[in-house]
Amino acid sequence: MAERKIRVLLAKPGLDGHDRGAKVVAHAMREAGMEIIYTGLHQTVASIVNQAVQEDVDVIGLSIMSGAHIPICKKLMGMVKEQGVDNKLVVVGGVIPNKDIPVLKEIGVEGIFPGGSYFNDIVDFIQENVANR
Amino acid sequence: MGVATYIKDEKDAIKEVILQSGIKVKPVYTPDDLERIGFDYKEDLGDTGEFPFTRSIHPQGFRSRNWTTRQYTGFGTPEETNERFKLMISHGQTGLNVAFDLPTQMGYDSDDEMSEGEVGRVGMAVDSLKDFEIAFKDIQLNRIGSGLTINAVASVMLAMYQSVAEGFGYNKTEISATPQNDILKEIVGRGAWIYPVEPAVRMIGDTIEYAMKELPRCNPVSVCGYHIRESGCTPAQEISYAFMIAFAYIDNVVARGYKAEDFVGRFSFNLNIFGNLWETVAKFRSARKLWAKLLRERYDVQNKKALFLRGIFGGGGSGMTKQQPENNIVRGAYYALAAALSGAQTTALCSFDEAYTIPTERAALLSLRTFQVLMDEIGLRDTVDPLAGSYFMETLTKEMEEKILEEMEKVEKMGGMMEAVASGYVQREVGRQAYEFERKLQSGEITKVGVNKYTEGVDMEVELHEYNDEWAQLQIDRLKELKRERDNRAVSESLKALERAAKEKKNVMPYLVTCCKSYATVGEMANVFRDVFGEYREPSIF
Repeated sequence: MAERKIRVLLAKPGLDGHDRGAKVVAHAMREAGMEIIYTGLHQTVASIVNQAVQEDVDVIGLSIMSGAHIPICKKLMGMVKEQGVDNKLVVVGGVIPNKDIPVLKEIGVEGIFPGGSYFNDIVDFIQENVANR
Repeated sequence: MGVATYIKDEKDAIKEVILQSGIKVKPVYTPDDLERIGFDYKEDLGDTGEFPFTRSIHPQGFRSRNWTTRQYTGFGTPEETNERFKLMISHGQTGLNVAFDLPTQMGYDSDDEMSEGEVGRVGMAVDSLKDFEIAFKDIQLNRIGSGLTINAVASVMLAMYQSVAEGFGYNKTEISATPQNDILKEIVGRGAWIYPVEPAVRMIGDTIEYAMKELPRCNPVSVCGYHIRESGCTPAQEISYAFMIAFAYIDNVVARGYKAEDFVGRFSFNLNIFGNLWETVAKFRSARKLWAKLLRERYDVQNKKALFLRGIFGGGGSGMTKQQPENNIVRGAYYALAAALSGAQTTALCSFDEAYTIPTERAALLSLRTFQVLMDEIGLRDTVDPLAGSYFMETLTKEMEEKILEEMEKVEKMGGMMEAVASGYVQREVGRQAYEFERKLQSGEITKVGVNKYTEGVDMEVELHEYNDEWAQLQIDRLKELKRERDNRAVSESLKALERAAKEKKNVMPYLVTCCKSYATVGEMANVFRDVFGEYREPSIF
C-alpha cells in the first residue's frame, strides 16, 4: 500500500504580502513528495486553524516576514489547543532574529526556519517529526 | 556580484558565464562584436541627453545635478517619523521616502481587528489627516519631494498629502509627491492588494488624470520592476514586466480621451540594483533606450522630456543576507556603484540590517554616507556614462534589449499585463524563477559570500529597531479622540459622495480630498471602495 503523503498547510498569516519565501518552500516540499495546500495571502489565524482542521493536515507551516511572529504564533497555538488539534506539527519561517527562537519554542512552535534555511533541513525536520507522532 | 551561472573546469577556470537573463558572456570582446550586432553610435546610443537616451537623459549627467538620495523612512508613530525625517534632511538627504505600516497599506484603521500586532511595525501608522499633520510638521513641502510607498490606497494618500500641504498654507501646484501607486506589481510580487484588477487600475488612471490637471509637480505613478525582481524574476523580465504594466496604466488614461504625450512624462520607475554588475548597467542603458523608442512607436510621443525614463534605481534587499550582516555594507557600496554607472537620477540603498528589519538609524545613515563617498570622494560625477563604447558593454546592452523585447512579446500574446496577471501567468513565471534561483544557491551553483561559501567567521546579531506595543495604543487613543471631536456629519456626507462617485465611475480624487479634509479615516475611505468594488482573489498558481 502506498504510504500516505505528508499534508502541509502553508499559510501567510496577517497583512504582510511578501510570499516569495512561502512559494519557494512550497515548491521544495512538493519536490520532496509532500502535498501542499497554500492558503494565499492575508489570512486570519482563525481561518488558518479552520483550514488545517478541514484539510486534515499533518503540518501547519507559517511564513511571517513582518516581525509579528511572536504574537501570531501565540494566538495560533492557543486556537490549536482550543480546537483540540494540537497534535499537528507547527513550523514557522521568515524574518526571525536568533533571540526569538527560544521564545517561539516555548510557545510550542517546534520548527523555526529563518530566512536562508536550507530546503533539506526543512524537509528532513518535517519528515522526522511527522513520523514520530 | 557574481549572480550568474558559472561553468568551470577541473582547475577552477571559468569556461562559461550565463547571466540570469540568459545571455552568455564571452571571455573577450573586440571591435568584431560591435560589427556583429550592427552597432551604430547615433541609433544605439545618441549623445547624452539625446534620443534614444541610452547614455543619459541629461546632457551633463551627474555634473549638472548630483543624484537625489531617498532612504526609506517611517517608523511607528507620526511623531517618531517626523523626527527621523528631520534627522535625514539635516544629514543631507534631499527627498523623503515614506514607509507606511501594513494596516495603512491595506486600508485598515489602527483599531481594526486585522491591524492587531502590526500598528507602526514596518512603517508609520496613518489613520487620518491628523497623523500627516504631525509627520510633516516643519518640513518644507514646496522644497522636499516625498515618495509615498503605498499602492492599494495610493489615491487616498495622495489626497491626504495635498490636504496636509494646503492646511500648512502651501499651494497644491508647488508640492511634489510620488506615490508608488502600482497595483499590478503588488499583485505579482508584494501582496499589498485589496481591490480587483479592473477597478484598481481605474483608480490609478484617476490619480494620473487628477495630477495632470491639479498637481503639476506630482508624479502619480512609480512603476516598480523592483519588487517583481525581488520576487524572483530575471533582470530582463523586470524591465519587460515594468513596461507592460506602464502600458496598462497609459491605456487606461488614453481611453479617457487624453494623449499619452500629455501625461507619460510624469511616470517614474522604481528599478532594482541586484545581481551581476555588468548585466545591471546594461539593463538600465537598454531600458532607457527602449522606453523612449516604444513610447514613440506605440503612442506617438514626440516631446523629448516625455520620453525620459526617470526614476529611482535602488539597491535590492534580496541581495542582502542575514548571515554575516556586515558584508551587506560592502554589498551596498557596490550596488551604489552600479547605480552611479547606470546613471540613476535618484537612488536608495537597502541598509545592512535589511534582511531583518526596516533600517535602524545607524544603518540608514551608513547608506547615505556610502552615496556621499561615491559622489564626493571617488569621482563618479566626473563624466557621463563612463562605460560607453566598451566592446563588452555595448554588445551586452544590445543583447539585453533583445531579451527584454522577447519577454514583452510573451505577455503581449496573452493580451497584455492585466490579463497576464489576472490569469496568474506572471506570478507563476516569477515563482518558478525564484525557486530555480534558491535551488542554485543551495546547491552552490550560484555563489553567495558568507552564505554558501566562505562561511567561517562570526555571525553577528544586528541591533534591531524594536517594536513598541505602546504605539498601537497611542494611535488607537488618538483615533478615538478624533472620532469624538471631528464633525461626524461632514465625514459621513463626504463618504457618501465618495461612494456615489465610485459607483458612477467618476474620478474619485476630488471626493477623496474632501473626505481627508473632513478627517475621514483611511479605513473609512478604503471600506467605501471595498463595498463598491469588492476584493481581489488570487488565482491558484500551484
